[in-house]
Amino acid sequence: MASQLIARAGRAFGPVREARGVPRWIVWAGIVLTLLFVVMALTAPWISPYAFDQYKDASGQRFVKQQAPSSAHPFGTNVQSTDVMSRVIWGARTELKVVLFAVVVSLLVGLPLGLLSGYFGGPVDRVLVLIMDALFAFPYLLLAIVIAFLLSDKFGSGVATAAFAISAVYIPQYFRVVRNHVVSLREESYVEAARALGARPRTVIGRYVFQNVVQSVPVIATLNAADAILTLAALGFLGYGIQPTDAAEWGYDSSRALSDAGAGIWWTGLFPGMAIVLLVTGLTLLGEGLNDVLNPVLRRRKMEPVTLPPRAPQEDRA
Amino acid sequence: MSANGPVLDVRDLRVWYGSTRGAVRAVDGVSIQIRAGEVLGLVGESGCGKSTLGRGVMGLLPDGSAVDGQVLFQDTDLLKVSDRQLRRMRGPDIALIFQEPMTRLNPLMRIEDHFSETITAHEPKLSKAEVRRRSLEALGGMGIPPTRFRNYPHEFSGGMRQRIMIALALVLRPKLVIADEPTTALDVLVEAQILSILADLKRNFDTALLLITHNLGIVAEACDRVAVMYAGRIAEEGDARTVFSQPAHPYTRELLRSVISLNTTGLHYIPGAPPSLIDPPAACKFHPRCPDAMRVCAQLAPVEQRLSAGQRVECWLHGPGDRIPEGGREPLEQERIAVAEEA
Amino acid sequence: MADAGALLEVEDLQVHFPLRGSFGARLVGKDVGAVQAVDGISFSVARGEVLGIVGESGSGKTTLGRALLRLVDPTGGSIRLEGEDVLGLREREVRAMRRKVQMVFQDPHASLNPAMTIETAVGHPLRIHGVTRDRADIRNRVSAVLERVGLSPPDQYLGKYPSDLSGGQKQRAVLARAVILSPSLLVADEPVSMLDMSVRAKILELMLGLKNDLDLTYVYITHDLATAKFFCDRVAIMYLGRIVEIGATEEIFANPRHPYTQSLLRAIPDPDPSRSIPRDLPRGEVPDAAEPPLGCRFHPRCPKAFAPCGWEARDLHDMLEQRWAVGGQELFEAERLQLGDLAGLDQPGSRATVPSATGTGDDVATLLDRIREDDSRERIWHGIESITPRPGGAVIEFHPGHDPVLRPVGGAEVACHLYDPELAEVPEQAPPA
Repeated sequence: MASQLIARAGRAFGPVREARGVPRWIVWAGIVLTLLFVVMALTAPWISPYAFDQYKDASGQRFVKQQAPSSAHPFGTNVQSTDVMSRVIWGARTELKVVLFAVVVSLLVGLPLGLLSGYFGGPVDRVLVLIMDALFAFPYLLLAIVIAFLLSDKFGSGVATAAFAISAVYIPQYFRVVRNHVVSLREESYVEAARALGARPRTVIGRYVFQNVVQSVPVIATLNAADAILTLAALGFLGYGIQPTDAAEWGYDSSRALSDAGAGIWWTGLFPGMAIVLLVTGLTLLGEGLNDVLNPVLRRRKMEPVTLPPRAPQEDRA
Repeated sequence: MSANGPVLDVRDLRVWYGSTRGAVRAVDGVSIQIRAGEVLGLVGESGCGKSTLGRGVMGLLPDGSAVDGQVLFQDTDLLKVSDRQLRRMRGPDIALIFQEPMTRLNPLMRIEDHFSETITAHEPKLSKAEVRRRSLEALGGMGIPPTRFRNYPHEFSGGMRQRIMIALALVLRPKLVIADEPTTALDVLVEAQILSILADLKRNFDTALLLITHNLGIVAEACDRVAVMYAGRIAEEGDARTVFSQPAHPYTRELLRSVISLNTTGLHYIPGAPPSLIDPPAACKFHPRCPDAMRVCAQLAPVEQRLSAGQRVECWLHGPGDRIPEGGREPLEQERIAVAEEA
Repeated sequence: MADAGALLEVEDLQVHFPLRGSFGARLVGKDVGAVQAVDGISFSVARGEVLGIVGESGSGKTTLGRALLRLVDPTGGSIRLEGEDVLGLREREVRAMRRKVQMVFQDPHASLNPAMTIETAVGHPLRIHGVTRDRADIRNRVSAVLERVGLSPPDQYLGKYPSDLSGGQKQRAVLARAVILSPSLLVADEPVSMLDMSVRAKILELMLGLKNDLDLTYVYITHDLATAKFFCDRVAIMYLGRIVEIGATEEIFANPRHPYTQSLLRAIPDPDPSRSIPRDLPRGEVPDAAEPPLGCRFHPRCPKAFAPCGWEARDLHDMLEQRWAVGGQELFEAERLQLGDLAGLDQPGSRATVPSATGTGDDVATLLDRIREDDSRERIWHGIESITPRPGGAVIEFHPGHDPVLRPVGGAEVACHLYDPELAEVPEQAPPA
């Protein structure tokens, strides 16, 4: 079984390894950038000089606020006297946690709904499509704010609330992509063949439809993750996101840095901002690269140059 | 141009593609000729290079393919003329008919507009009435009623669309028509209608027609001459009746036997599949599948021979005897081909 | 018809697909009609027999095959498999029934799940029907059946994905999957038409071998008369949702009686070099199954149609268009100017008014007479009873049409008025031997 899984994983990543030219560079740049932040998030407790909400050193001495980068504080300190570098590193953990959570939740809801809606069709499908399209048409940030506001009573303004708010924004996207894919797959011979074998709808959906739909998930999940980072940052920037005492969050830090910028204090805004840009770029490159590499329509057969060898001696031709 | 010369004279054409695994020798030294009013059928299993040959003649090969040899259309080498000039020749000189007509018709354009666009592109001075007269004549010849001249492509059935495509290809009276599987997607009755239209064409307008198909029945009924292609080369070429009644190449013979027709009483097939065009077998490319293979077939490439019956063939069975080395006529010991080795 | 030993009995089977009308039509609940894909079909298949269902695209043959497995739900009639009423089964029971009936599809490239290995795909029926869940057992059974269909040695194919196989190999795997549960009936929908010609014979040979080894019964659906002739014991010729002729293969091919069968046989291109392209073939194409022709559905294209075949207004319109297509621009423009709006002729009906552009029906009647003189061999004139000039246009009365039913003729059953003794005022020639 294990060997089978490895073989299957190898098969799935085959195209990435075989990719050539520009898509290859895009996908690898994405992988490297994204991995950088993942490593940062995983090792935050060890590589971060201080805790994300730490404003005094071990001896109880409060950090000087808005201090320029120095050896003690490589990225300087902010208006709340916390260490900017620590907040950037811990922020990676928050961002990835929220985004992972949000992507999983929206997948868990959007994927099954899309599968069922697309496979069975009928009135349920029409109603679901209507609801999802209505949600989709709603300004996404406003939707996230409303959900975050409603949930903050129950869960407080922590990671969970932010994640759920963002999920609500992306569920319709997964639903739509999955449903439309299923609708086209339903007409495939092999899906009908599965029914003809006597398979139950559950089996047909699980083994024949899902297995093929799931291939498009990595691409949209990665691209949505990039988008979700921006949404989370926007929520934080507007003050509806994670509170600074719960976790470090780049959006919030950027908003606090807004007034610093006029005073020539560049480090409080630059580093969290750059983190956002780099992580979003990394995920986008990864998603677009995967799309180029995995999508058979975009994957053009590359023509290798060919030269004709000289002909065999003409005396052979009678 | 000499009066009796061939309309199309392909000389030793090679078309190779590059792939990550090596060069694909889709067309590897092919010579064919078609005269005015003649239909040449090009047959073979899929993957033998027959479509590439058709595209090579029309200059419709993808970038990056390597071509050499000569494609002489009325003494002009199509491989040497500019893209612009080639485009200008498509329509009045050479026309193409494809398998799937819907993809070639613009769904947003009326049939009338398709025709006026084609005609005025090559004869801009024609009056509107004359353009209309010519279009209706071409359509009428295909059995499309004039009342439907202003309809859109999707309002026609598959067979009608194919007839419209043919009418469009022929409205400028080209001297050479290349039809690539023109009836494959159609039902037998419609197929027969289209074949009889193509037969009228050569009779009435002296058009030269290259008919690419995998259906040997169509070739027997519609073609004057036939060229049998295998792994990028012409295995046998000659008068259709002669080739079908006395096939000289074992491949032709086996291919004919494997066709299931109304007279079939027993099943027959050629073992194995057409070879990869990247590294085809050495010497005669058919030798691993050939029931008559001799030792020489695996050693030396066969030499083209012209037989007394008129066809030319590339097969050691027909000599030349002086080129066959000592013991070359002994039967070849072939590797066994598994049942499921197939296309 | 009903035969105690029959494996499959189909009675008056009907599959109509309701047309989805426009939004407005659906809003007011307007009936927009239905595509009559299969419209009253009866036949039976004996155990061990191969029945061919032959037809062009649009004949409803594929829908018929799918209805046999209840992949589409018939709107009428009955299907009995081994005496059991298939249409009365509930969803669960239908799935269990599919253990006995399997299907092979046309496109081998599309009928295997691209994400499943051959081992999983071919062994899946065993899991679905709970035959065994033991991995080793499944592998053994899959290997055995792969060996049987020629995918040998099986170890070489077990772990492969469909994309690694050629078309013929895929169809072998599909056949393996279909027979692994030893069904009694196999519905094969054009199993070889997408394959290269050199592979077709091999797959047909394999199917014949499987039939003998496993006591299979086949319903072989095809558009290809040549393979049907070789492969089938009996053949049913379908046209536009109905069977027009059914009987033993030798009988049908030796003495085709229905004009449609006759045309099909003459139209097949044959590699015999002594044949040439037949000229007098049916014109036009298979009409729309949502509004099939009245009477005999083949009559508009039939080279032997006569009075009772169901002539109607739409035929008249087609005839005029055909005349104008061949007649040239001058003829078209001259005649078209004399007639009013012809849209009224597009409704089915055995009475029609051809409107006049000048206002008097006499002009139209004269024109029609002239057309008749030009080509009196045109079949439609057999079906026109009277042309009466009226103010505004000419009223055309058509001969009342009848639906032909299958009746025994010689060794076969044929649905054609030519063989109906009651309509045999027939001035027509006897069918060619």
